[in-house]
Amino acid sequence: MLNVSGLHLWRGDRHVLRNVSFTVDAGQCLLLTGRNGAGKTTLLRAVAGLLDPEQGEVSWRGTAARKSRGEFHAELAYLGHDAPLKGDLTGRENLRYSIGIRRAVAANEIHAALERTGAQPFADRPVRTLSAGQRRRVALAGVLLTGAVLWLLDEPTTNLDSDGKRLVASLIEQQLAAGGIVVAAVHQDLDLGSGSVVNLELAAA
Amino acid sequence: MKAGPLQAARLVMVRDLRLAFRKPSQLLQPLMFFMIVATLFPLTLTPELSRLRDAAPGVLWVGALLSSLLALEFLFREDAQDGTLEQFALSGQSLTWMLFAKTCVHWLLTGLPLALSAPVAAVGLGVPAEAMWSVVAALALGGFALSLIGAISAGLTLGARRGGVLLSLLTLPLAVPILVFGADATQRAITGGEIAPPMYLLGAIAVLGVTLAPLAAAAAVRIGLE
Repeated sequence: MLNVSGLHLWRGDRHVLRNVSFTVDAGQCLLLTGRNGAGKTTLLRAVAGLLDPEQGEVSWRGTAARKSRGEFHAELAYLGHDAPLKGDLTGRENLRYSIGIRRAVAANEIHAALERTGAQPFADRPVRTLSAGQRRRVALAGVLLTGAVLWLLDEPTTNLDSDGKRLVASLIEQQLAAGGIVVAAVHQDLDLGSGSVVNLELAAA
Repeated sequence: MKAGPLQAARLVMVRDLRLAFRKPSQLLQPLMFFMIVATLFPLTLTPELSRLRDAAPGVLWVGALLSSLLALEFLFREDAQDGTLEQFALSGQSLTWMLFAKTCVHWLLTGLPLALSAPVAAVGLGVPAEAMWSVVAALALGGFALSLIGAISAGLTLGARRGGVLLSLLTLPLAVPILVFGADATQRAITGGEIAPPMYLLGAIAVLGVTLAPLAAAAAVRIGLE
């Protein structure tokens, strides 16, 4: 479903992505590994369409993602290094607005997602008062709520405790079981019990 | 079910309004600046109302322009830093439309209050009471055009670490027509002339801004996100 072919990308005078190709199908997880600066984040951003590659193409369901950006993005959830949350809003408000612009979302859905990621106890505090791990749990609830088929996760376990790491693994397993696709940049192994996992190691530029 | 564009725009607006009221100081800063500038002129220039009246259009419009430049810094900066703009770009909604909604809220929070408070400053500058409505209308319309044009520069300077000076330099040349016609409308209102011609021109600039500025701002923001 997600097909990346011959991706070349330069950042300034650095050739970060050199001929990266892969295919991920429904129910599969692709784990991107590689040293710091190997281009994991760059690759994820290029797949999401935030970066324009110099060469190569990202295609989704057989059509170039560039050409049907709206449809592609409606099926995609991207979670970067920092949780995209507003410090002055509570976690619940953040989700209501950020998910609401994508799809109609009910309050009990938000509640259920916050419960699932263990963010419910602190969901009504302004996000600026939360710890980095707590913010990540709120952001993960947001990823769940998008209902997206394709998840692009950049170091999803950063700042999470061991319990949180298991949570990420189980969320990914659940997504794969539902026929979704996960592409995640990781440093440590995620210990995914089930589901088909493919590894892609990026060589340092 | 995918959210419709109107629903998405409504949520963007409600969210920005809520954020603004949680941090009122940021909201009041440009307004305070305008009021200070406009009230200092009568103190320093001359106490003669007839001479102040001549300077009034210039004082009001230069004050409004500088204050709107101050406010433009907040238009996209925070959203770019916390990843909100990135999520807008990936939301499946049109980025152009989302930024247009944001710009409208920005005007509601900065341009409109400035226009509404202008009579307070205008009285001190000897503007006659019967000209007040025209002064407010011209500042409101001109402020809307300024917000739209400023959105382009605000998008372009996202990548710059200290974008403030650059933002002013980029916006000023584009803002000059608004300044000229706006001050002309105010001048005519004070002397009891016909304000329609400059108001039509201001309206034309605003319409041009509505149609083109969000497109340009979205293109600029996309570059800024790279």
